[in-house]
Order: sequence, then C-alpha cells, then structure tokens
Amino acid sequence: MASWGEASESRLIGKRIPRLSGRDKVTGKAKYTFDINRPGMLYGRILRSEIAHANVVGVDLSEAEALPGVKAVIQIVEVGNKIRYQGQEIAAVAAETDDIAKDAIRLIHVDLEELPHVVTEADAMAEDAPQIRDDWAGNQSNPNVREEGDLEGGFAQAAVEVEATYHAPVQTHVCLETHGNVAEWEDEQNLTVWASTQGVFGVRNDLAGSFNLPANQVRVITEHMGGGFGSKFGPGVEGRRVAELARITGRPVKLMLTRKAEHLVAGNRPSMTQHVRAGATGDGRLIAYDMKGHGTGGISSGAGFQAPYVYDVPNLRTERVNVAVNVGNQRAMRAPGHPQGAFAMDSLMDELAEKLGMNPLEFRRINDPSEVRQAQYTLGAQEIGWHRRNSVPGAGTGVKKRGMGVGSGQWGGGGGRGTQARVTINSDGTVEAVTGTQDIGTGIRTAIAIIVAEEFGLAPTDIMVTVGDSGPGLPSGGSGGSQTTASVAPVIKTAAAAAKQKLFERIAPQLNAPVGDLRVGNRTIYVVSDRTKTIKWELATGQLGMDSISEGGEWDEELRQGGVAGTQFAEVEVDTEIGEVRVIKIVAVQDCGLAINRLTTESQINGGVIMGLGQALLEERLMDALTGRMLNANLEDYKVPGTFEIPEIKSIVFDTHRKVTGIGEPPCIPTPGAIANAVYNAIGVRVRELPITPDKILTALAEKKA
Amino acid sequence: MPDKEKKQGTSISRRSFLKGVGTGTVAATVAPSVLIGGEKAADAQEGDAVASATIQLNINGKPYQVEVEARTTLLTVLRDGIDTSGNNVDLTGAKLICDRGECGGCTVMVDGSLVYACMMLAMDAQDKQITTVEGLADGDDLHPVQEAFIQHDALMCGFCTPGFVVSSAALLSENTKPTLEEIKVGLSGNTCRCGTYPFIFDAVKAASKKM
Ligand code: FES
Ligand code: FES
Repeated sequence: MASWGEASESRLIGKRIPRLSGRDKVTGKAKYTFDINRPGMLYGRILRSEIAHANVVGVDLSEAEALPGVKAVIQIVEVGNKIRYQGQEIAAVAAETDDIAKDAIRLIHVDLEELPHVVTEADAMAEDAPQIRDDWAGNQSNPNVREEGDLEGGFAQAAVEVEATYHAPVQTHVCLETHGNVAEWEDEQNLTVWASTQGVFGVRNDLAGSFNLPANQVRVITEHMGGGFGSKFGPGVEGRRVAELARITGRPVKLMLTRKAEHLVAGNRPSMTQHVRAGATGDGRLIAYDMKGHGTGGISSGAGFQAPYVYDVPNLRTERVNVAVNVGNQRAMRAPGHPQGAFAMDSLMDELAEKLGMNPLEFRRINDPSEVRQAQYTLGAQEIGWHRRNSVPGAGTGVKKRGMGVGSGQWGGGGGRGTQARVTINSDGTVEAVTGTQDIGTGIRTAIAIIVAEEFGLAPTDIMVTVGDSGPGLPSGGSGGSQTTASVAPVIKTAAAAAKQKLFERIAPQLNAPVGDLRVGNRTIYVVSDRTKTIKWELATGQLGMDSISEGGEWDEELRQGGVAGTQFAEVEVDTEIGEVRVIKIVAVQDCGLAINRLTTESQINGGVIMGLGQALLEERLMDALTGRMLNANLEDYKVPGTFEIPEIKSIVFDTHRKVTGIGEPPCIPTPGAIANAVYNAIGVRVRELPITPDKILTALAEKKA
Repeated sequence: MPDKEKKQGTSISRRSFLKGVGTGTVAATVAPSVLIGGEKAADAQEGDAVASATIQLNINGKPYQVEVEARTTLLTVLRDGIDTSGNNVDLTGAKLICDRGECGGCTVMVDGSLVYACMMLAMDAQDKQITTVEGLADGDDLHPVQEAFIQHDALMCGFCTPGFVVSSAALLSENTKPTLEEIKVGLSGNTCRCGTYPFIFDAVKAASKKM
C-alpha cells in the first residue's frame, strides 16, 4: 500500500521550501498571458453594452473598419437579440496597437432600445417589477426546500430563540491579471492559445469544439497565471472571439479584459440574504432552525449558500430562491456558498449563546460534530487569549473598544481521478516531471518538484517541472474545489516511484544486491543491507545512455483524503467615534492533511484570511438602480485589502493525517463570521450585514443609544 | 418609441480625456525633444491627438528609440513598445492591472522616485533614468529584496510581485530599517489579491537586515 511515509523520514515533504517560480516572478521574467508578445501580434478589444437591458436595433461597424490600423471587426450580438446586463459583448476588434483598438471601439455605433431593468434584488422582488426572465415568475426561481426532523417539535423544546436577517452582498473576484488570451493559428487546422486559465484542458476542449478541430490540434499554454479564484475555467466569449479574430486576420491576437469588464462580466460571488429563526435548549443544544433566504447570481442561477452550517441541527426547514437581476453572472468564487453561509451561521450561534448566557465557544463545543474542530477550538483559544475577551459585550471603556470572536468552516478538497503525469530520468541525471495541471498561484509546480525530489534523493531545484501546457497531452482537471494538489500528488508520486523502480532494476546487478534492497540517499543510491555499496546519482543515471526512463503514474486513493475543518479567532478594535474596524489579529487553525510544502500552505492560509477580511469589512459590488450600472467597477471604489488592513495573522497548519488534501479555499470561510462576532464583542451591537463599514457601525451604535 | 432609443457611440472616458489633455501639454512643453522625430513631431506640435514622434528612453541603463503617440504611456512602451529597429521592448515585469493609478502593479522608478507607469506619458519620461523590476538585479545577483521575497514566499500568483519588489527596493533605499508601520505606509500604493502581505512584510524586514 502506497503511503507518504512518516514525517520523521521525510527530507522535503512538509518542510518550508521556496517556490520554484520565485526567481522568475521577482525579476519580472515570468511571462503571464498578459505579457505574451508574439511577432506581428494584434491587440483585441471588445465593445460592451453600457445599458443593462435593451433590444439591439442596429450595429454599424463601418467606421471602425475604416480606421487605419484596424484589421478586423466582428459583431458579437445579433440585431433583434437582447442585452441583459451591463458589459454584455456587442462587437470585437483587432488592431495594430491597443490604442487603435480602443479608438475603433468608439467608432462602432450601436442602437439600443432600452428596456426596463432591475439590478438590485429589492427591485427584482418588488411586486410590479419588470419581468426579466421568461422562465421564472416574479424574477425568482422555484424555491429549493429542505426539511429534516420535526421543526415545530424542535421549537417546543427550545428555551431560547433568535430571529434575525443576515446579508452578504455580491463580491467580485478581482483577479489582478484580468481574463484573457493570446490566440495564434499556425495554419487553418492548428491553434495555439496562451490563456489566463485555471483549466488548460477545459479551455482546449472548449475551443476545439468551437472551431470543430480535433482536441490535440489546439494547444493551450498557461505558464504563469495572475489569479483566478474560481472565475477562470472556460475560454469565455473573449477567448472564442480572440481565436476568431486571429483566424480572420491570420495574425496572433491578444485580448485581455479591461479592469471594468473584469468586474462586470468575469464572475462574482452571489449575494445572500437569509431570514432565520432558530432555537436552543436550556443545556445548549441547537434544536430548531427555520430559514428562508435568497441570493442573486445575476441573470443566471447559482446563488446557493450553506445554511445551516457545520453545527448539528436535528430539526430544520430551509427554503431558498435565486433572484434574477440584469447584472453579469456569478461564477464559482473561493469556497462558493461557504463564507457567506458561515458568517450568518456563526453570527446566529453567538446570538443564541448570548441568550443562553453561555460562552460562545462552549456553545460551539456542544453543537459541533467535528472532532478536529473541537481540538482546534482549544488551540485557537489559547493562541488568541480567549480569556481576555469581554465577558459582557461592549464592556470596554474608551473610544476604541476591543473584542474577540470565533468562526468555523468545512471543506472537501480530496482530489480525484483524471490526471496523467510522466516522470523521466535522463542519463545526465536530470529529471523531468510533466502533467497538464496549472499553477494558479498555489505552488503546485513546487509541490510536484518536492514529491519527485523526495523520491529520488534530489533537491526540488533539480526537477524540471512542466505544467500549464496541454501540448504534452497529459490531461489534468481544472484547478477548482481545492482539488489540484490532492489530484496531482498521488499520480506524481506513483510515477516517480515507478521510475525509481526502473532505475533500481538497472543498477541492482552492478551493486550486486537485490532490487528490493536499494534505497536513495542524498544524490546517491545505496544498498540498505550493506551501506558500503553506493553509487552516485549521476553515475547511476549515466548507465542509461540513450535509454532514458520515463514512467506514467496512477491515481492512488490511499494517498489522499478529503474533508478539512478550520476554525478562526479574530481580535478587533472598533473606533466608536468614526466607526472604523481594525482587525488586530487572526488566528487561523486550518486542518491541512499532509502539507507537502509548509511554506506555501501558510501562504494559502494567509491569503484566504485576507480575502475573508475583505469580504467582512470592505467588499461590495454597488449597483445603481436607476442607470443599471455598476458604480464601483474599478480598484479604487471596489476596495480590496491593502497593507493598512492587514492584521497579525497566525496561520497554524494543523496536521491531522499523512494524506494529501487541498486547502486553497477553506481558509477564507471562517473569517467574516469571526470578525463579525469580534465586532459585536467589542461594541455590544450586532451588524448583520456585510461588509461591516463605518456607516453601519455608527448607525448601530446610534440605535443602541436611542 | 424613438425617445427610448439610446445611441451608444463615441464616449470619452476619464483617462482618455486626461491623456488627451496631456497631449496638448506635451506638445507645448517638450517640443525640443519631440522634434527629434522630425516631421511627425510637427504633427504633435499641432496638438493632434494621434500625433506620433520618435523619442529616446533610458531604461535600466540602456537607450531605447521608440515611436510613440502623444497619448502613449510609459507602461505601454515598456510592455508593448517596439523600438525603431523592430525589436520588442518586452519589459513586461511592470503589469497593467487597473490602468488608472490604483494598484501599483506598474510601479517603476524614474530618477529614483516611484512612478505608476500607467499614469506617466512616455514623452514625459525622456531624459530620465527609468528602472524597472528587470533592472534591479546585478546580473545574476538578485537585489536583497528579490532574494528575500523568494525565501519568505512573498508571492503567490506573482502578478503583483514586480510592483511590490520595486516599491520595497525604493522604500529600503530611503529607509534601511523600516518599522512594520513604515513598511505598510511604504507599500500602501500596491495591491495584492492573493493576500501575500504578511510574508511581504517579513521579506522586507529580512532584506532590511542585509542593506
Ligand atoms: S496599473 Fe498602474 S497603478 Fe494599476
Ligand atoms: S501574488 Fe497574486 S496578486 Fe499578489
């Protein structure tokens, strides 16, 4: 049975190892899709609708086509079709420079017959709202209802009840490298695309289908990628159209979305509004939970959220609907449905605990079925100094008040089948590892090198890793669901083990020892029964001559495991005069399974916490009901965390077993709930709406006074 | 219902307006160096929005002759520019992220000061020393900030990294022993979406010990 071995035996796995791409990234050498410059390359741009809802009456491309430097103009929307949200694609151009492309876009004339729009959920759900989806009544999907146990019986047992409404607005991904591609046709039948994507094979297959080509005649390359967070799987309209522009012009074309378009059409985390009534027994058992909620994923559905979350509730009823608005569609965003659900649930838990007169941590201990989190509560509480928290919320004196809160999360991330990989040992001692996954910033390239180097007694820098290229024809899944490492690691490990076995078979006769007695040490192969028999790595591989060893790997269920629990504790300081919340410290205790690289694992936890902090305090897509436009489609008014917002973060890699799991998403889940609870503990008034901005704090404080 | 029909045609964004204004200023004030471009510079003097000229930029100690329009930003030259012999400038370390001075992804040094290259017109960068992230290392020897960023994993996707590296190097050249607060202030013009900040702070501290 394959295993990762004991921690004490690992030379590299589980250690802190700088990522292999570091040097290229700090010197500016790393080429992202946005940086690709091909000979003769044209620049593409897309004209998008500024109107949220309209009939397309006419599109006139002629002036744009006549502009010198413009090489192609294509119409995307048909006359007679509908525009359904701001940012929807109307036409695209390819020109000699980006500035000319920009000019050309302005020369396209579009006649739109404006239709009444709804861009906020309140407007969409209003009685006389314009109907924007033919298949839904009242702009709402059919309710999704779940019932368990006996709700009324549950409430009958409850000693305390809480009824409250929690809300989290739409958040956008804000990938710093916007979505986009560079497309180049070698000939009529062969297309190469540099794509900023989380799934090179998904993009390959989509484009092959769109252009009716055999899949292996489309090559997709993503050497480095500037953030996706769930929004970059398919090629999108822009990807298919840039390939079309390249085909028409016979030249490579680069088309990257503008920052504004990135906010409007490249995905978002759906909103959540939930009205909950819940009860707990006198001895602190969560006993009944009744939730009615909705959210919007734009014109599409997909606005699900977790409710209830992680804690056991025997008697429940939940009812959820999707609300349609004339706004760009949602896409998966880091732990879809979880952080907003966790925020509401953890807020509710604290409200119930307070009614019971119970420490919120104690109340969680009673209701949380996860043994892992039970241990994490103890560790996290120690680390933050939970005893220092206000036993009476808002009890502190002075203008600036401090408080502490806790939140929880749960994720899958166990990986799956579908990855092919190849590990090659060349006669000069070099080693190559190739697979079709992609490094979206999580460090999978380095993880692969660590696994192979551990197997061979080499250093990670000795391993040449190729990922992010469909060319070698070794598929792997898209990087989503925190599945990448757990999907790829077992296959790489078994490929390396198979290659090592082949090398041992070649070397064993020379060492005069049975194959089973051979082991790798530091750049050597030795015989375990007679340690005087050794051969240096390069000497061993030198025997291979032209005959390099190249082995594929296999999926191995035993090397991975899904299911990760996490807990976070927050300490905040609230300025009661200006309403500002400053997070002082976050303790993130994150179940990680076997962390292949402790350093990059900590980075992932930090990153999740910071994204969660943004959701808690800063981020909100603002729609103008009147014009139907997004008010903050830039990086100034849509605020993501910057240096001033960063607290002390204690990321604790909580190892529970020696199997690989994924942790890209889970660390962002508990943060908003922990911060919201800390704010309450500081000031004694609860803000039930994210983001917790100064206006909401001041309003809440004023209401408390009144 | 003609009154309901809207024409979505030519529109001027805030930035194209700004760059347009820049055009006039450039043509008026830096005419002598623009004149290097000969005929084309004459167009620029008339304030034509798409007038172009050949200018010289000194980037990482190397002269580049590039043809630019009055509205062309320094960032466009670095990333997309083609010099007069037909070679790509190809200094793509500085990134285009927000295109309006909000994120610091395009940070470079101009005469030792930090500049958002997306907000500077190429013509305004003449007769100055421009240093990009590609110019920080001394051959194979990385700048201490670069070395520290690698060791402390102060990067994830790495898209923001060149901007942070340049800002950090500039910070340490002015203040070799910054406190955490000073680091936060010094890097407040840069944004990272992956959330690498804690390790960036660690890296800058570590680098400061080597300065
Ligand atoms: S791209 Fe220049 S500051 Fe953002
Ligand atoms: S490392 Fe990805 S944006 Fe900073």
